[in-house]
Amino acid sequence: MTAMTRPATARRPPSGTGVGMGVQVPERAREPEWLNAARRQAVAWVDANGFPSTKHEDWRYTKLDSVLALPLAASSGRGAEDGPGSVSSSDLPTPQLGVPRIVVVNGGMVPELSTLGTSLPGGVRVESMAGAVRRPEGRFQQLWTRRLGGYPHALRALNDAEALDAVVIDLPARTVVEDPIEVVFVSMPTGDARWSHPRLIVVAGARASATLVETYLSVAGAPSVTNALTQVELGTEAELVHYVLQGERTDSFHFSSLEGHLAEGSRLSSRLLATGGRIGRHEVDVVLAGEGSQVDLDGLFLTGAGQHHDNPVLVEHAAPGCTSRQLYKGVVTSDGHGVFNGHLVVRPGADGTDAVQVNKNLLLSERAEVDTRPRLEINADDVACSHGAAVGRLDPEALFYLRSRGVPEREARAVLVSGFAHEILERFGSGPIRRHAEELAAAAGLIVLDEDHCSSGAVTAGTVHPGRGGRAQ
Amino acid sequence: MLLIDDLHASIGDSEILHGVSLEVPDGEIHAVMGPNGSGKSTLAHVLAGRDPYEVTGGRVIYDGVDLLAMAPEERAAAGVFLAFQQPVEIPGVPTMYFLRTALNAQRRARGEEELGPVEFLALVDTKRRLVDMERALLDRAVNDGFSGGERKRNEILQMLILEPRLAVLDETDSGLDIDALRVVADGVTTLRGPDRSALLITHHQRLLEHLVPDRVHVLAGGRIVRSGGPDLAVELEAHGYATLDSPAVEPRTASAGTASIGTISTGTISTGTISTGTISTGTISTGTISTGTAR
Ligand SMILES: Nc1ncnc2c1ncn2[C@@H]1O[C@H](COP(=O)(O)OP(=O)(O)O)[C@@H](O)[C@H]1O
Ligand SMILES: [Mg+2]
Repeated sequence: MTAMTRPATARRPPSGTGVGMGVQVPERAREPEWLNAARRQAVAWVDANGFPSTKHEDWRYTKLDSVLALPLAASSGRGAEDGPGSVSSSDLPTPQLGVPRIVVVNGGMVPELSTLGTSLPGGVRVESMAGAVRRPEGRFQQLWTRRLGGYPHALRALNDAEALDAVVIDLPARTVVEDPIEVVFVSMPTGDARWSHPRLIVVAGARASATLVETYLSVAGAPSVTNALTQVELGTEAELVHYVLQGERTDSFHFSSLEGHLAEGSRLSSRLLATGGRIGRHEVDVVLAGEGSQVDLDGLFLTGAGQHHDNPVLVEHAAPGCTSRQLYKGVVTSDGHGVFNGHLVVRPGADGTDAVQVNKNLLLSERAEVDTRPRLEINADDVACSHGAAVGRLDPEALFYLRSRGVPEREARAVLVSGFAHEILERFGSGPIRRHAEELAAAAGLIVLDEDHCSSGAVTAGTVHPGRGGRAQ
Repeated sequence: MLLIDDLHASIGDSEILHGVSLEVPDGEIHAVMGPNGSGKSTLAHVLAGRDPYEVTGGRVIYDGVDLLAMAPEERAAAGVFLAFQQPVEIPGVPTMYFLRTALNAQRRARGEEELGPVEFLALVDTKRRLVDMERALLDRAVNDGFSGGERKRNEILQMLILEPRLAVLDETDSGLDIDALRVVADGVTTLRGPDRSALLITHHQRLLEHLVPDRVHVLAGGRIVRSGGPDLAVELEAHGYATLDSPAVEPRTASAGTASIGTISTGTISTGTISTGTISTGTISTGTISTGTAR
């Protein structure tokens, strides 16, 4: 089944990194002028600045060459007007979280596959920009153009230039959404077109609260490139619990960014589980803009053969009395390569900052590598900041303890690895989101330590060799 | 049950056991006593199959088979259990999961049916009451944040659940109050039977007041220097180890031992390594960068 009606914009292949890419301005006749202008501006940014090379501080360990070797053409999405398309609900994982569920294919929301149900409280709006830009209210314009031009690198600009659609979730003040809202992003290459640029915008009014789950998948076919951007704006004392489950195919490329802007007393918890992608890079940029706002960031990356997982995290304390917590853990096997690049900035005047940044990694093979760079930049007095990083291998004493109790070596190693990962997985709660995460982790070779002690000890983790170690900077 | 014959064991370049011989018949409880650093834990670890200890001579026959040829997990499945002097923490692994994984691994190895969750829960509930342990403690990660006494109770709980034929208790009594001491003594007594034996390694005579051994052996300087009946423990308590006329053994300085411990752990750490904290501009930062084993 193929019914891709929106033609992909043809692009010249890149001539190399670090130079203008000759990205052309897409022609999207049905879009309003402000959006076309915004797209032109984003394209001009890419042309002027080029794609980041490893000389770029935040891209030191991640080479884009293999990604840019793929044609830059974006896969067509399925806008609301496209009729029956090539992804059917049978291609998607069975809904585990129930409704509301929004399905986005190649960056375009697919209403036929999405179920909003009646579970959303009054006033909450979930909209697809493709269907709504023509409205004169200017809301999208404001959200879209808020940080035009201020791009940290070309991929973010490219999302502005290329996003076919944006899913906008609008939570009015004081609404409480009990059920997790799941957004499933599917990347599905169409012909030569490999890229997709999903965009999600979440705006929470004062004291609104919700849970949001982003699931990323790629369906069978040629390797795809996902370049997603999620923007979260939390109003006064709003609260968002956010999860990212990145389980794309291991021959695909995944880039995603979370941009968070937190007003006074608001609270964001964001938890990442990354298992997929030949390259999987999830960036987090959070600005604690209002006094007393809080952010908790947890991440677990399971990096195996041929994989590269990069985790750049930037937390900016821009107001007094804010709290940030970061705990990222990596389990790297085979010739996998994990990167943690955490940057914590305390702006002048952000007194009373309370920040903790921790990264721990487990290397399970000779060839596995981890680079970790926890960075603090403090420009205020009266702050409590701590950071730490560790890279190591399995504790031989714990391993012997298990074996002395009769657990065979292979299984004992797998149990220890799972114990290491458990600290993050348990932050996925105890309900369906946790099960979803555990299934993804299990598919990546982790055994799941059930709390109710019901599983029999299946062993899936591979053999483990003494690690050679990561690299110091 | 257990025959230890002229056992020599080293760690790195230093020999710690200089020919230990000892026999524990079926159904008997023997005590091994000795001053600090005399090689008691080394003996226990060698019996359990701990890696860095190298057996350089002698043999250990357990139930007619060569124990030293078996992997640690095979020894466990065959019924050998070591209660550790310093039980290890396993962050992230719930104690209940650990216990069930261990029990079922042993049962699988012996060709027995695995225990289902319901039966297992019932079993744990019975046993934990014997050692006076709260259920809540078992939902926590193995020994994670457990007090010294809780760790020792956990060892005894594991022993009661796994029901070994040969239990080796390495100073399980050290640092325990009288109630906990009784838990240990009762635990061993519960398991006592004509085809089960125990080796109680202890520094003090205290435990032996609750648990009268069939034989007492004194380990000093890596050798058994005396063996006797239960009275020997009383005599040692009264006069101390100093009065023992121990045969001359090569002196090993404490610093040599310490140095080799250091070397080994350095080796371990250097494999996993790295990490740097980059702290730019401003003021305060307490960066801890650690290497070694990750948890
Ligand atoms: N891992 C090790 N590396 C080097 N020396 C060790 C190690 N473990 C123990 N030793 C040394 O071996 C000797 C015996 O130690 P141990 O068996 O622990 O004695 P005990 O349990 O009787 O106190 C001591 O001198 C100790 O320093
Ligand atoms: Mg000892």
